[in-house]
Amino acid sequence: MQEWLAGSFRQPGAPGLRALLVSGDQWRRIAADMAAAGARLGPLWSSSTRETGPLVHAAYLMQGGGLVLALPLTDPDNPYPGIEDLFPAAARMQRAIADLSGLRSTATDSRPWLSHEAWPRSYRPLVDPPLSQLATEPGANAYDFVRVEGDGVHEIGVGPVHAGTIEPGHFRFSVVGEKVLKLEERLGYVHKGIEQRFTQLPIFQGHKLAARVSGDSAVAFSWAYCQALEGIANGEIPQRAAWLRALYLELERIANHLGDLGALGNDAGFAFGLMQFSRLKEYLLRSNQEVLGQRYLLDAIVPGGTARDLTRPGIVSLGKRIREIESEVGRLRTVYDEHSGVRDRFTGAGTVSAELAARLGLTGLAGRSSAQPFDLRVDMPSQPYQEITVKKVVLSDGDVAARVAIRFDELRESCRLLQYILGALPEGAHCTPVRLPEEDTLGVGLIEGWRGPVWIALQAGPAGTIRRCHPHDPSWQNWPALEHAIIGNIVPDFPLINKSFNLSYSGHDL
Amino acid sequence: MLKTLRQIASIGIVSEPPPESDDSLRISVGLQEQIRAVLGRALCIRHIDAGSCNGCELEIQALNNPIYNLEGLGIRFVASPRHADLLLVTGPVSRHMEVAVRRTYEATPDPKLVVALGDCGCTGGIFGESYASRGRISNVIPVDVAVPGCPPSPTRILQGILAAVSRSPTRVSAAGERA
Repeated sequence: MQEWLAGSFRQPGAPGLRALLVSGDQWRRIAADMAAAGARLGPLWSSSTRETGPLVHAAYLMQGGGLVLALPLTDPDNPYPGIEDLFPAAARMQRAIADLSGLRSTATDSRPWLSHEAWPRSYRPLVDPPLSQLATEPGANAYDFVRVEGDGVHEIGVGPVHAGTIEPGHFRFSVVGEKVLKLEERLGYVHKGIEQRFTQLPIFQGHKLAARVSGDSAVAFSWAYCQALEGIANGEIPQRAAWLRALYLELERIANHLGDLGALGNDAGFAFGLMQFSRLKEYLLRSNQEVLGQRYLLDAIVPGGTARDLTRPGIVSLGKRIREIESEVGRLRTVYDEHSGVRDRFTGAGTVSAELAARLGLTGLAGRSSAQPFDLRVDMPSQPYQEITVKKVVLSDGDVAARVAIRFDELRESCRLLQYILGALPEGAHCTPVRLPEEDTLGVGLIEGWRGPVWIALQAGPAGTIRRCHPHDPSWQNWPALEHAIIGNIVPDFPLINKSFNLSYSGHDL
Repeated sequence: MLKTLRQIASIGIVSEPPPESDDSLRISVGLQEQIRAVLGRALCIRHIDAGSCNGCELEIQALNNPIYNLEGLGIRFVASPRHADLLLVTGPVSRHMEVAVRRTYEATPDPKLVVALGDCGCTGGIFGESYASRGRISNVIPVDVAVPGCPPSPTRILQGILAAVSRSPTRVSAAGERA
């Protein structure tokens, strides 16, 4: 590992990242060394520069830092070496690269992943110019699901349109009686061409699209985008701006946790939970509206800082709201803990063992519920987390109960952080101008969103354009783990287990 | 159990009176009467995410919180388009959801209403039209009411639902023409 890091150079963007240009042989050897050292795979993506032609990239996170690899492909028709045997999460990302860039890996599963035959197979959205005309009807959209056969086995197909107010995706269950033998996910339904769209936006407007990669993680994505941009533009942001961004990130975290805790109670048949937590969430959103001008902070972070400043009365008002929420959540937690029916549904449902979580690279909140002790705010802190000490929460049971408990713990910790930030917010400007980055420079942003690590790889084009922007949601790592979590559980528990992960479809489908 | 009951008693009823709409239509008991006049029963809504970023979904979910108390107004979300009077559609329509959106529309019994939600539902929004996106909802199915916003607040969504129920004459057809 040291050998690789010795040859690397500093990667602009998030602190602690290194970059390395590699050959096909080194690509595999590094992956093997990373797997042996217990490192985790982040995003896999493709790009191109004028000098090198097409490239594939991989980013890894290891103890206290990260490494971003670039592999130039001298012969794009020749498959590049796959790493899905070492990092299972790579399988779908490699298939997505093939769908969008036409670059194939050596992996045996060559089924399309994000493409559903709605555009010509020969069309490469990230390489070829935008299509002006398309056939009016999408194609047949057949997909080769893995079949489970045997006495009494039957299939249940669910989606893409689901029964609740959630995003679309297809789940194929193979069951005996009510017991799930296998779940196969098929995603990509909300693929709306985000990566191609980025290349049509000015680089100083891209944060708006980044915020809309996954609406529930708007702060994390727009911060990661701005971090990448400010990295390649050599721009420092004012201290106050960094603190305000952290304030927004923790507000986003508690808003999502409040929503999930209510929905999880409801999915366990305890409507009281939904009513109580959705009430608290509404109060929080109203405070956001009053103090920050938006219920959801989709336009709060801009290149160079934040869109608006926080006033003195705003600080007081937010502080009061956070105190109320903290004390009410504490009370509600004892209700959940003491309710035998709720406990019965939560405990032992959808378990992902620590060993399985490590093998699959389970990340973020779900990972920390299965003894994967990683939180970027502690492990690779960017400003202001270098000055704000975050208490990392790690649990080990890996079931729905653990994913509920971790939300309670993180909610309390975020309330504490918010109070600290509000009390110690540095004076000064909340925004500063950012210079235009040089063409073909690559910046990588990395932020611990409420769901887990959110990545943005941003490559500048000429004259303030975007050549390439790749957003990566932690759902890429965690969707495959959900297929394992449901095995041996009953079909009616799937909504509860699914909700306990609460993964993003839009953030994954792009 | 005692704690649950104590919490319910101490919080009391937090539901707010429904807001006034800016086009002078009140969402109140009057809303229920208008729905009854059109449909003769409570309004059933089926939500479709046609390609949204999930921001609009968060605000639709908020309608069910005790403050907006949608069910108290006689409106509820249903699990199947076959039970629905109104489709609440978000997103630009992704090419991959186009068939599902059409089928859901066809599965909804007449008379049916369609509300397109959010900037993306109204115009295609920041995603626009591309190899993967058909843009606004009315490019794929007829739309009765379009509610802009990114995302629109629960109050705006309620106002849009009301506008649909009172049958605005400006129905936009799939081709975008006014019928």
